[in-house]
Amino acid sequence: MENQKPKKKRSQFLEVWRRFKRNPIALVGMGIIILQILLAVFADVIAPGDGWSPGFNMQDWGNSRQFPSAENWFGTDHLGRDVFNRIVHGSRISLQVGAVVVSISMIIGVTLGAVAGFFGGVADNIIMRIIDIILAVPNILLAIAISAALGPSLVNVMIAVGVGAIPAYARQVRAQVVSLREQEFVEAARSIGASNFRLIRRHIMPNAMSPIIIEATMGFATAIAVAAALSFIGLGLEPPTPEWGAMLSDGRRYMLAGYWHMTLFPGLAIAFVIFGINMMGDGLRDALDPKLRSGGMSKGRFEKLRRAQIALTNKGADTNVKK
Amino acid sequence: MSKNNENLLNIENLSIHFFIEEGTVAAVNDLNFSLKPGETIGLVGETGAGKTTTALGIMSLIQSPPGLVVDGSIIYDGRNLLELSEAEMRAVRGSQISMIFQDPMTSLNPVFPIRDQIAEVVMLHEKVTAAQAIQRAEEMLDKVGIRKERAKDFPHQFSGGMRQRVGIAIALACNPKLLIADEPTTALDVTIQAQVLELMKGLKEENNTSMIMITHDLGIVAEICDKVAIMYAGSVVETADKKELFNNPKHPYTIGLFNSIPDIEKDEEKLKPIKGLMPDPMNLPSGCSFHPRCDHAKPECSQKVPKHTQVNDGHYVRCLLFEEGGE
Repeated sequence: MENQKPKKKRSQFLEVWRRFKRNPIALVGMGIIILQILLAVFADVIAPGDGWSPGFNMQDWGNSRQFPSAENWFGTDHLGRDVFNRIVHGSRISLQVGAVVVSISMIIGVTLGAVAGFFGGVADNIIMRIIDIILAVPNILLAIAISAALGPSLVNVMIAVGVGAIPAYARQVRAQVVSLREQEFVEAARSIGASNFRLIRRHIMPNAMSPIIIEATMGFATAIAVAAALSFIGLGLEPPTPEWGAMLSDGRRYMLAGYWHMTLFPGLAIAFVIFGINMMGDGLRDALDPKLRSGGMSKGRFEKLRRAQIALTNKGADTNVKK
Repeated sequence: MSKNNENLLNIENLSIHFFIEEGTVAAVNDLNFSLKPGETIGLVGETGAGKTTTALGIMSLIQSPPGLVVDGSIIYDGRNLLELSEAEMRAVRGSQISMIFQDPMTSLNPVFPIRDQIAEVVMLHEKVTAAQAIQRAEEMLDKVGIRKERAKDFPHQFSGGMRQRVGIAIALACNPKLLIADEPTTALDVTIQAQVLELMKGLKEENNTSMIMITHDLGIVAEICDKVAIMYAGSVVETADKKELFNNPKHPYTIGLFNSIPDIEKDEEKLKPIKGLMPDPMNLPSGCSFHPRCDHAKPECSQKVPKHTQVNDGHYVRCLLFEEGGE
């Protein structure tokens, strides 16, 4: 081992990416998310406004409830607004909600969990009992209660959804920290004079990151779904904001009359994005999980590699086959 | 024990107890030893004799609760470490006193390159830039015999012996005056053990570092130590120069330890262990804690706690057998 030639060096990030990209479904998921980000960034280019009203609210009363056509790809809604345009602009809202909710709940949850896990005792008890209380209320009910109390607005939706997401991070992190703080390398770090804060930040948290990254990815999807649900029942964003859940809610009234396109497309948009994020999250989980360090190599690929290497050795062409 | 101002470390009457639901665990009891600059003392004893607790006590790393230093003093360089605040103690750890851990597989942080882990201790204690700290780390790696190209590698890319070298580099990066090595070679195989011990000995002599070598291996003591302190049930039962102790052991426990090492010259069928087991630290025997296992036990051994008795120059024993003859 000690005399072995140094292998080609890879940073941890590259190592994770190498494993991630072997998983085709995860790549599809990532593709969907990249597409959504592009749609959100270039929404004003793809679906421009007309100077009077923004792209998502150009009403054309003479042209309402049209079925999909070359002119209106996804048809128009009851106010004659182009459904495709609204979905494109809606991806901005969804991304914003997802990103803000995840960052806020992650920062709060991770901090609480780390403090509870590291210090234990009274701090642990107080923090985790509060977390338990939040957890005792069903997530969607909590979101409904908070947004009903605060009133409909983008910020309030984020708060309502974010509070419910805190416990997952806090518990996850606490569990990690409790087991990590007993590790010898933490004691070793203490023995070189590191402070508690430094121990948590430099030595414990980096070792606890992978489950948090996965939780965050999944949390992103949940946040979008819950925000859409809130808008659907009228507690989310106010019209004319092109929120996907609100669009579903608008279209619902016309569904029985045969106007399927007003619900189908926003519904598909929600399903698609959540599917994409979850697929990417699964891929990330596999790529980050050290127990799968064999690299998620498929049986077939392994067999092929093995045969090829045996063949090579038998030929005697290259006896120095890497294992 | 004689007071000596030249001593770098003077531990007197140290007692560390753990208070748990089931009762009080007396891990270290009335422990005494001292160490001069540049000297190496071997702390020898069975598992559970309180060696590691003593080491953690010196570093003030006893987890409290449940642990507590109930008595005694640890005078290091003229200061009583037990009276320092946590912040003052942090400044001591790593720069004045540092520690090498038993298992190099778990004592390094798995997510950082080794170079950064060595640089961290330098950054914590010296006013240097990140670049200077990294340069120092690379010098240290060179000293412990790890090639520069491997500086950016992660711990899992090294073998056990190499990792322990990294551990040594971290411990010595700030030129501490006292190095505590807690069974540094227990997790390594014998050939690597010799290399690592040789390396530690060399670096220690180079910087005139004092060392506390915690071990249960008398072979390591013979190789590296100047002085030996034999520990039993949380206290030092016999302490002397290495030669004096190996040639002239006094305490029945020490003699028992030497007897339990098989002699290659004689054709022995059975090992000669000391009968019985280390007492439960929650329920130590009265008087001399070794008396239930001792072949020479007298009735008063179960009543009277023996004091340190000088039997020879610098050779102290805690046993009633020697007490009346001594001072």
